Amino acid sequence: MRKTSLDTVHELARRDPRVVFVGSDLGVGTLDAMKREMPERFFMEGVAEQNIIGVAAGLAMEGFIPYVNTIATFLTRRCYEQVAVDLCLHKLPVRLLASGGGMVYAPLGPTHLAVEDMAIMRALPNMTVAAASDAPEMKRLMLQSLDWPGPMYIRFGKGGDAVISNDQEGYAIGKALLKRAPGEVLLIATGIATTQALKAAEALEQEGISCGVLHMHTVKPLDVEALATLLPRVKLAVTVEEHTLMGGLGSAVLEAVADGGIAAPAIKRLGIPDAFVKDYGSQEHLLASFGLDAAGIAQAVRSGLEGRR
Amino acid sequence: MTKTAKESLSPLDSRSRQLRQLVIKALEGGGRGHLGSSLSLIEMVRVLYDDVMSHRPADPRWEGRDRFILSKGHGCLALYAILADKGYFPEAELTRFCRAGTYLGGHPEAGKVPGVEASTGALGHGLPIGVGMALGLRIKQSANRVFVAMGDGEINEGSVWEAAMCAGKHKLAHLTALVDYNKIQSYGFTTEVQPLEPLADKWRAFGFAVTEVDGHDVAALRQALAKPDAEGRPGVVICHTVKGRGIPFAENDPNWHHKSKIAPAEIAAMYAALETV
Repeated sequence: MRKTSLDTVHELARRDPRVVFVGSDLGVGTLDAMKREMPERFFMEGVAEQNIIGVAAGLAMEGFIPYVNTIATFLTRRCYEQVAVDLCLHKLPVRLLASGGGMVYAPLGPTHLAVEDMAIMRALPNMTVAAASDAPEMKRLMLQSLDWPGPMYIRFGKGGDAVISNDQEGYAIGKALLKRAPGEVLLIATGIATTQALKAAEALEQEGISCGVLHMHTVKPLDVEALATLLPRVKLAVTVEEHTLMGGLGSAVLEAVADGGIAAPAIKRLGIPDAFVKDYGSQEHLLASFGLDAAGIAQAVRSGLEGRR
Repeated sequence: MTKTAKESLSPLDSRSRQLRQLVIKALEGGGRGHLGSSLSLIEMVRVLYDDVMSHRPADPRWEGRDRFILSKGHGCLALYAILADKGYFPEAELTRFCRAGTYLGGHPEAGKVPGVEASTGALGHGLPIGVGMALGLRIKQSANRVFVAMGDGEINEGSVWEAAMCAGKHKLAHLTALVDYNKIQSYGFTTEVQPLEPLADKWRAFGFAVTEVDGHDVAALRQALAKPDAEGRPGVVICHTVKGRGIPFAENDPNWHHKSKIAPAEIAAMYAALETV
C-alpha cells in the first residue's frame, strides 16, 4: 500500500507540476526515481515533523500540492498543532501519507502504533480521513486525492495486504462501498479491517447468518446516507476498526445515528480498548487478541444476535 | 560591541509616532492587547512595508509580492497598524479590534485580514511556513523574498530551530528572519526564563547570515533588510528593541506584555506619552 501510494505520488507529479513530495527520514531508496527525475520537487527533510508540516503548508500556500510521508504516529501526535493550525485552519491541500497505521508496527511497541490517529485527525475541521483496504484501492484513492479540497489524512496498511477491491466497484472519496449486501447483520469496517469483516461474513453465511459488509474507507466525511439507507434494514450492526474505540469509525457511526435520527438497530463496536497496547508479536496476533480478526468478529456477531432473531 | 536600543533611545520621528497612534487606537477599541510586544515591532514593519517589500495593498494576493509572516502573532497590533496605514483595510476597522464581528482578532488570520499571509498566534509556526514558501518561490523561479518576524520568547520553540536547520541546508537566501529581541517574554526577562545568548552564534551555526541592529533605527533596518545575502545564506536580523517602545511608562515592563481592561484614562496617558518621545 505504501509503495503503491508513493509510486502514485511520482505518477501524479509527472502529470501535474503542482505536486511535490516531502518526507522526513524515510528508508533508503524511497522514491529515488522521482528524486532523480524532478529533484526540485522532492524534499527529504530529516527527523523534524513540526518543520515538515510547516514547510508543506508554505509550499501549499504557494500553490503546490504537497504529499507528506512519514510514520503515522509521528505524523499525527508529534506535530498535531502544525496539522491543526498550518494545514486545517488554512484549509490547505496537503496530503498526509501515514505509514503503518494501526498496529502494523506490532513488534516495535506502543511508541510506533497509531491507534488513535483517525480520532485525532477526525476532530480537526476541514480534515478528510481515509483508510484504504488494499493497494489497488490505495491507487484509486491517490488518483482522486489530487483535486480533493483541503487537507487529507491517508492511512496505510502493512504492505502486501490481501486484495479485496476491484475496478468494477468504483471508488469515490466519502462514498462507502457496499461489499456484501446486508441480511440480518451489517458489518461496517474501514481500512484492512474490512478484509477481516468479509472473512467473518463468509464464515457466518455457512452458519445461516446473512451478513453484509459496508467498507467505510472514508471515515471523514462519513457516508451518512449509506448508513441511513442500510441500518434500518438490519437487526444488528457491528463496527470494526483497527483503532481505539474512542473517536474512530464506531464513534463516528454512533454520532451519525444520534445526530441524524437514523432508525438504527443494536450497534456493537469492535476496536481497541482505552489502554496502551501491551503486547508485541505480529499485527495479526494483536488483531486477534482484540477480537478484530475474522473469528473475533464472527463471535461478536453471534453474541450480538442472541435474543434478536 | 553591539549597541542595543536600550542604550540609545533616539527620538521617534513622526512616521513612527503615527503608526504607534494607530496601535493605541486599536488598543482603545478592543480594550486589550499585546501592547509591549507590538510597539517593539513598529520600525520593523514600517521599514519592510515602506522601503523593502514589493507589495500592492489593492491586490494583496498579487503573485509578485514579497511575503511577510508575523510569526509572533500576538504582535498583530503593529501589523494591523501598517496594513491599515497602507490601505489594505479601512483604518476605522482598528476601533473594532477583538470585538464580535471584526476580522481583526487578537492574533492575525489569513483569509480574513487582507494582507495577512498566514494565521499565527501559536508560536514557532512562521519560520517553517516561511521555509516552505521560499522553497515554493524557488521552484517557481521567483525572485520574491520571504520575511518572518519572530519574538525572542518564541524562539524557545524547537520548531524554529528545525526550520532554521532546513533553511540553512537549502541555502534559502530569499528567506529573512527577524528576531524582535526586546529581552522580555511573558513571564519576565529572557535572561531569567530562557537565556538565548550567544544568539548570533546560534543562528550562524545553523547557516544564517546574521546582522544585529538597533531595531528602532530605521536607517539601520533599511540597510540590513535591503538585499538577500550575497553568499546565498538565509538571513536573520537580530533586532535589539525595547518592549513597549514609545510609551515610557510601558517600556521594559513585563506587565505591559499584554493588558486587558484598559481604562480610558490609560489610553489618554498613552497618547500624551507618545508625544514626549
